[in-house]
Amino acid sequence: MLRGSDRARRGSLLLPASAGSVWVALASTVVVFAGLALIVVNSSGWPKVKEAFFNPAEFRAYFGTIGHAFVLNIKIFLVAEVVILILALFLAVLRQLPGPVFFPIRLLAIGYTDLFRGIPTILLVLLFGFGIPALHLSYVTINPVYLGAAALIVIYTAYVSEVYRAGIESVHPSQEAAARSLGLTRGQAMRAVILPQAVRRVIPPLLNDFIGLQKDTALISVLGPVEALQRANIGSASEFNYTPYVVAAFFFVLITVPQARLTDWLIARDRKRQMAGGQV
Amino acid sequence: MSTVTPALVCRDVHKSFGKLEVLKGIDLSVDEHEVICLIGASGSGKSTLLRCINLLERINRGSIEVGGQEITAPGVDVNQVRRGIGIVFQAFNLFPHMSVMGNVTLAPRKVMGLSRSQAEAEAVELLDRFGLADKRDEYPDRLSGGQQQRVAIVRALATHPQLMLLDEVTSALDPELVAEVLNVIRELAEGGMTMLIATHEMGFARDIARRVCFLDEGVLLEQGPPEQIFSSPREERTQQFLQRIIEAGRM
Repeated sequence: MLRGSDRARRGSLLLPASAGSVWVALASTVVVFAGLALIVVNSSGWPKVKEAFFNPAEFRAYFGTIGHAFVLNIKIFLVAEVVILILALFLAVLRQLPGPVFFPIRLLAIGYTDLFRGIPTILLVLLFGFGIPALHLSYVTINPVYLGAAALIVIYTAYVSEVYRAGIESVHPSQEAAARSLGLTRGQAMRAVILPQAVRRVIPPLLNDFIGLQKDTALISVLGPVEALQRANIGSASEFNYTPYVVAAFFFVLITVPQARLTDWLIARDRKRQMAGGQV
Repeated sequence: MSTVTPALVCRDVHKSFGKLEVLKGIDLSVDEHEVICLIGASGSGKSTLLRCINLLERINRGSIEVGGQEITAPGVDVNQVRRGIGIVFQAFNLFPHMSVMGNVTLAPRKVMGLSRSQAEAEAVELLDRFGLADKRDEYPDRLSGGQQQRVAIVRALATHPQLMLLDEVTSALDPELVAEVLNVIRELAEGGMTMLIATHEMGFARDIARRVCFLDEGVLLEQGPPEQIFSSPREERTQQFLQRIIEAGRM
């Protein structure tokens, strides 16, 4: 019990265990970061860089407006993530369908991932954002936010389905044999036995992809919607100062860090509950 | 004996993996309430035969009947068939993301359509019978190997199978944990469960089996009551095999 919680704590916080090593860690951290700061601050160009990128007045002036614009980024990625989780799972399961009958479906699934993992995200955003409206289809939206989000969904579904697939393939075939031997159908075995284990294993890489997605919501700025980066663009152009970009970056980092800690915590909790013996 | 339908009949069962022929025409009949031990070296086809009977592997030739129904015929509902046959694996194969209760109630709920409360009530009864009542909420990784294997047996029993297949269920266990699992199997045998047991535990086989079958390179070379097989085997290959077992100190 003690061993388990100890390991979980270390796994989740990455903090050294004993009091003595806490001081060592603190000291070495201070030395390293102070050293880096000294190098930057003492460089000959620092005053100009500081004025252009880290202007406190500009930072304060744009904090509110860019924060407000960032809400659009949050909305986009929240909706996109839900859609991607579902579509990608669907795609990954399609690719696992056995037998010659499903060959064309497997082929389509493989083609989809190959194609959309290969296309640079910004190109697809442009293609969707400017290409689809140009078709003059009355029943398809021309709202650039939706079109940009659709492009991100299409691309990230390809990535995330590969993550799922890796997870599915990491579950030992004996698990499926055990489930099938109890009389479960293929689909039931997939749903009740294989996917739950697969998804648990891929939470960290899944989060990794989602952080990528969150940052890529900034690409929608090329279509015009005023999200955080676009707002920073406007601010920077009117002030002749790059600080608004740093403000935008600040918000992206701000949402990333808690997610990373949350994932660590989820993994540690799971591990503690199952208390992995030898095998994981 | 001939008037009652046998629990299991294998007729000329052949199974190949690619070019490798693992089963070369197995004929075997098991009566109801009969306990049969399959012995033989690793690779002799014991596990494959069990997996074929549970339809985890498709046979290439021959037929298998369970309770009078030919389960290897085309168009048979494999999921229906598997419900009636419990299999326990060497490596337990418990579902690590589910508690003991989750493992045991999965098939009753998903396959037999029992409600959660019904399934749990039955599971509690079974777990209690095998001394696992206090482990119902534990996850498999927290259990000893012997406890895990007992849970696996309970899980297989939860669908009320008429036939149990045990595939070297004690081979992955530490020696001191073997007995608790063998006791469970003994209890099942006393309860009249029809069982086909692949095992390396010769002493156990001698104890429990009504009949012992020696498999050698995919052929059922010799079968008979344990006294005869273990003390006066007819076939030379059987003698050699038992000699090696004795030399290894496992009998």
